[in-house]
Amino acid sequence: MVIGFWALAGLTVGAAAMIIVVRNLLHAVLFLILSFVGIAGVYITLSADFVAVVQVLVYAGAIAVLMIFAVMLTPLSARDNAENVLQLPALVLSGLVITGVTFVALETDWRLAGRGEFDSTAEAIGEALVSPFVLPFEIASVLLVAAMIGAIVLVRED
Amino acid sequence: MAEPVLLARVTLEQVLIVGGVLFAIGLYVALAKKNGVAVLMGIELMLNAVNLTLIAFSRFVESSRPLDGHVFVVFVITVAAAEAAVALALVVAVYRHRGSIDVDRLNLLRW
Repeated sequence: MVIGFWALAGLTVGAAAMIIVVRNLLHAVLFLILSFVGIAGVYITLSADFVAVVQVLVYAGAIAVLMIFAVMLTPLSARDNAENVLQLPALVLSGLVITGVTFVALETDWRLAGRGEFDSTAEAIGEALVSPFVLPFEIASVLLVAAMIGAIVLVRED
Repeated sequence: MAEPVLLARVTLEQVLIVGGVLFAIGLYVALAKKNGVAVLMGIELMLNAVNLTLIAFSRFVESSRPLDGHVFVVFVITVAAAEAAVALALVVAVYRHRGSIDVDRLNLLRW
């Protein structure tokens, strides 16, 4: 359990770091997919089985395919995954984020619950989506339709 | 004292630190990469890091309805999918007009 969490967390962070290091944009997309799958594994160790399945379906499946298509459809642009002029400020800001989050996580007195793992989350999530969260659920479906129509209109050849 | 704590069980603080590191990597990729698709990859990484912290809070923190965090993650994934579709369509449209998706050279609206 603990070893599984640290192995998967190491895989996720390592694959994410390889996105910065690797010099081919298509390899970076493949490392991003590996990172998504690692996060799905971390979800399973945190007893979030439904979210892990959704993560693999949507991120490692759909969004990854979209990214590969976007790279393939822009053949004349730079593929070398180079940094722009903001490299140093971005590095400083990332370091500040890591130190800030670590400090807050260690110094805050969290109200921890002593409960064990959840049995099965899919049924409870389904019930929550149709009783207290039914309005956000419908708004999300409208948002998806609007986004898909917008994407089609943007790339339509006329 | 430090090693047994690390090996005994996963704690909330450890998951939060992993999420923070992942967010920082995503932030760096989103800010410092030249290709537009790489910038989008960084944004997706940041969304994933936030989802990870939501799942961790849902698992560890005292609450009367602990699974609301999972519902929130499902909504975040939905919005991320919509955002990715629109943003990648934008990338392809910009490439058709300008022949390049280097964010350094997209300076039409610069002051």
